[in-house]
Amino acid sequence: MSTRESSEHHRPRPEEEPAAAPAASTTARKEELDAEVDALLDEIDDVLEENAEEFVRGFVQKGGE
Amino acid sequence: MSVRRVMGIETEYGISHPGHPHANPIRMSGLVVNAHAQAAERVGGLARRWDYDEESPLRDARGFDMSRAEADPSQLTEDTSTANVVLTNGARFYVDHAHPEYSSPEVTNPWDAVLWDRAGMVVAAEAARAAAHLPGGHEIVLYKNNCDGKGASYGTHENYLMERRTAFSAIVAALTPFFVTRQLFTGAGRVGLGQDGRTPGFQLSSRADFFEVEVGLETTLKRPIINTRDEPHADPAQWRRLHVIVGDANMAETATLLKLGTTALVLAMIESGGPELGIALANPVQAMHQVSHDVAMTRRYECLGRAPMTALEIQRAYLTAAQEHVATRPDPDPQTKELLELWAEVLELLAEDPRELADRVDWVAKQVLLDGYRRRDGLDWTSPRLAAVDLQYADTRPERGLALRLEQRGSLRRITDDRDVARAIDQAPTDTRAWFRGECVRRFGPQVAAASWDSVIFDVPGRNALVRVPTSDPLRGTREHVAALLDSVDGVAELVAALGGGAGAGR
Repeated sequence: MSTRESSEHHRPRPEEEPAAAPAASTTARKEELDAEVDALLDEIDDVLEENAEEFVRGFVQKGGE
Repeated sequence: MSVRRVMGIETEYGISHPGHPHANPIRMSGLVVNAHAQAAERVGGLARRWDYDEESPLRDARGFDMSRAEADPSQLTEDTSTANVVLTNGARFYVDHAHPEYSSPEVTNPWDAVLWDRAGMVVAAEAARAAAHLPGGHEIVLYKNNCDGKGASYGTHENYLMERRTAFSAIVAALTPFFVTRQLFTGAGRVGLGQDGRTPGFQLSSRADFFEVEVGLETTLKRPIINTRDEPHADPAQWRRLHVIVGDANMAETATLLKLGTTALVLAMIESGGPELGIALANPVQAMHQVSHDVAMTRRYECLGRAPMTALEIQRAYLTAAQEHVATRPDPDPQTKELLELWAEVLELLAEDPRELADRVDWVAKQVLLDGYRRRDGLDWTSPRLAAVDLQYADTRPERGLALRLEQRGSLRRITDDRDVARAIDQAPTDTRAWFRGECVRRFGPQVAAASWDSVIFDVPGRNALVRVPTSDPLRGTREHVAALLDSVDGVAELVAALGGGAGAGR
């Protein structure tokens, strides 16, 4: 997903100067985002199907409509 | 020019008996519908039969088996392929092929479409839970999604009432580029590319790969971008029903709102002779797949007679046309203004930073989860865990569904609230004929022999023939039209007499 790396940047708030945002704050923002996502994943880990492979293989549907 | 028009959503739910991949989906779907029927019957608000033939003489309708309501539950479950209920909220909940399907009541605007669609998901999820307690029942889980990752797809269809006088060719021309590109915000996201998902990767839409032709009548094979099914369920001289089959099943309420709202705006422009965008894709079917696969949203699509455009540019052209169209009209209604602002904001964020839409657009919300797992656990796109996240995103159980968990922690925005949803499970929209249908079911359930979009059929005590009350105008039979009448009668005999013997509510 390298094509999307530029979109990892935080959207500039009105009071921020987009051009002046230094690379360091971008990295900090990415770490902050990753931490947020990690917290989210920790919660989801608890409810995720335990045997993912069997769960995915067992999800078989007939066409509809 | 407004987002307001008669509309509705039909959702076929994926169905699974955990640990039993070969469980019979038709039987399971019947269990789910019958579980709801039994729960509804306890409070009296239920009609079990669907009136399939609006043209049939009254006497023909006398084949409906009224005694089934009293039948033993184990007997009911035998008849699973035809399980059907009409709810007090005006919706239909039934077995369609191998899936339970909830067809929402007719509503007049996208916000109500979101609300009654949400009500349907709760109805379906609770019925699936209750099905475990029926004789022969077991654990059943429903998924609000569109494919199994092995080649099967099932639909989430939108319906819009349109003026018959609008040429269908104009609808096809103006809607095709719009449908090809609206996936940017309506896509539910999907792990795996191709109908069977065999090619590793992530794409915007769970439906796009299943479209094979531009225009057609089919919905189950050779699926068309524009479906020509034309049962208006209304006066065919005046109305057509546009049956839209390209949509994803959305968990994000904002995505459902945008899906219905932007489409309604485009239809309004078409009905008034526009939009004159001059955009015609050279290869719409191919573009449908490519837009879905191009997660970076940078690809350009060949157009006839003009330079290639990105999907975002095409969407912006529709937005601009809609904004200009509304600006020329005095006093747009508040919903139309709000929808236009939302559409503009979402297109802007898609261009600037799609991650900002993780709280409103399904594919982005799903991608955040998937990218998180890929980064944290070093997974690649072939990992079953990512496929499991994809499926479980659409699990309708509040304690297990990932989208619902995101909502609970405030990571995915709600438009509805639980109190309104509870009301919408019980009550029909007040401003369409769904109100008459739903209230008849509530008040006269045992005497409602059958119902459909355009009729309610009564079994009037003392009469040999069933009495069919047509409801052919979607905007009649509203609370305003019939509440006083319904309140004034004591039983269906009086109701039918007041309606003039059976030709009243819809005429």
